[in-house]
Amino acid sequence: MENLGLVLALTGASLAALLAGIGSAIGVGMGGRAAAGAVTEKPDLFSKVLILQLLPGTQGIYGLLVAFVALSRIGVLGGEAPNFETGLAYLVACLPIAIVGLVSAVHQGKTSVASIGLVTKKPDQFGKAMLFPAMVETYAILALLISILAIFSL
Amino acid sequence: MSKDYTYAVARIRGRETFLLSGSAMEQLAASKSYDEALHFLADRGWGDPDERLTAENLLKTETRRTWELIGELTDDMSEFDVFCIADDYHNLKAAIKLAYTGASVDEERLFVSGGTQEAKRIAQAIREKDYSLLPDAMAAAAAEAYDTLLHTGDGQLCDVILDRACLEAVYEAGKKADNEVLKEYAALTVAAADIKIAVRCGQVGKSLDFIRRALAPCEELNVETLAHAALGGVDSVAEYLTSTDYAAAAESLKESPAAFERWCDNLIIRHMKPQKSNPFTIGPLAAYILARQNEIKCVRMVLSAKLNSLPDEIIRERLREMYV
Repeated sequence: MENLGLVLALTGASLAALLAGIGSAIGVGMGGRAAAGAVTEKPDLFSKVLILQLLPGTQGIYGLLVAFVALSRIGVLGGEAPNFETGLAYLVACLPIAIVGLVSAVHQGKTSVASIGLVTKKPDQFGKAMLFPAMVETYAILALLISILAIFSL
Repeated sequence: MSKDYTYAVARIRGRETFLLSGSAMEQLAASKSYDEALHFLADRGWGDPDERLTAENLLKTETRRTWELIGELTDDMSEFDVFCIADDYHNLKAAIKLAYTGASVDEERLFVSGGTQEAKRIAQAIREKDYSLLPDAMAAAAAEAYDTLLHTGDGQLCDVILDRACLEAVYEAGKKADNEVLKEYAALTVAAADIKIAVRCGQVGKSLDFIRRALAPCEELNVETLAHAALGGVDSVAEYLTSTDYAAAAESLKESPAAFERWCDNLIIRHMKPQKSNPFTIGPLAAYILARQNEIKCVRMVLSAKLNSLPDEIIRERLREMYV
């Protein structure tokens, strides 16, 4: 039971990497299918649709970042193993990016697919098309900010 | 788990950019001659450059290309049965009349491809009276229509039986479909066909029994009331329609049959337009098929008018709204 704090903190770090990563995989996968369809019909759109496909990939990176920072402070990559209360606090601190990362990546993937459809029909509207999925990113960044601030305050 | 159409819809979005818009259709209609209209279409990629430039080749190639694309995008073509059933019943009608008359006609010219059943199989079923080769609903209609033709020699009655069976099959396929677009298309097709049947029967003075036999039941219309309204002519049918979902059709129905057909086609295309912003379901594929069918129908009409030097007003009266 003396390692319970570490277990809780590790659970938080794992959830941040897992859930945000799963969300990004779903989002990028969705965008990839749409991008493949667009490039089949119009190969010259490759670079534009690739950017749109990659947008939902950032949540996975944010999750990894939070997990890495947490691991470097709980005695895995550095720092000291936390007690029960601190471990629980690490778990809670990781939740924003874990949950928001998963949900926002899936929705960003859907928005990217819709934007890929827009670019396929009107390639000159790429700038506007990129803004729509980028808006979803705002909430992933907010969640990242809260998770990082919470971890650094522990 | 529902099927994933993300890739397919993205490809459809690419193809939609090549559809003829309303202004392109007007440009086509403004062509000075039949040849100029053919070249206008060829310049837009219609037809096969290796084939002779004729309306028949052009339209056949474009129909084939549409179904080839859909075949690439889905591994289950039965989802689009609702669009192909009419071709099955056309082939069934042709096979029955061929067997009845015993005429020697090139089957290639008689049958159309694109149905859910092979035309040769349908012809064989009728020739050998082996209706087990056909799907159940089709077999029952084929047996009834062929027997009626053999006993009465009445080709019109045979057609009525098969046309009603076709509408029932389309309606059933629409009900079974798990997509709103396909359901909506089937319901609109059957309701529009019933209205047209009622008007025509009323105009030529058909009996109530005949009209009842011709009308296919559907939830959108009360066919019994429609049949009675048909006896009173176009005005009576139009009056009945004002109490249904098709109230807006009443005016066009009074105007002319062509105006009513145009209204029906425009209604279907308008109902399909929301699919342009739907990126995930089978809906945009179905809407694309309908858009292509609508486009091909309009082009066929313009080319026929140009070939026969008909006035522009006749073309404009019949031009449909386009999907893009």
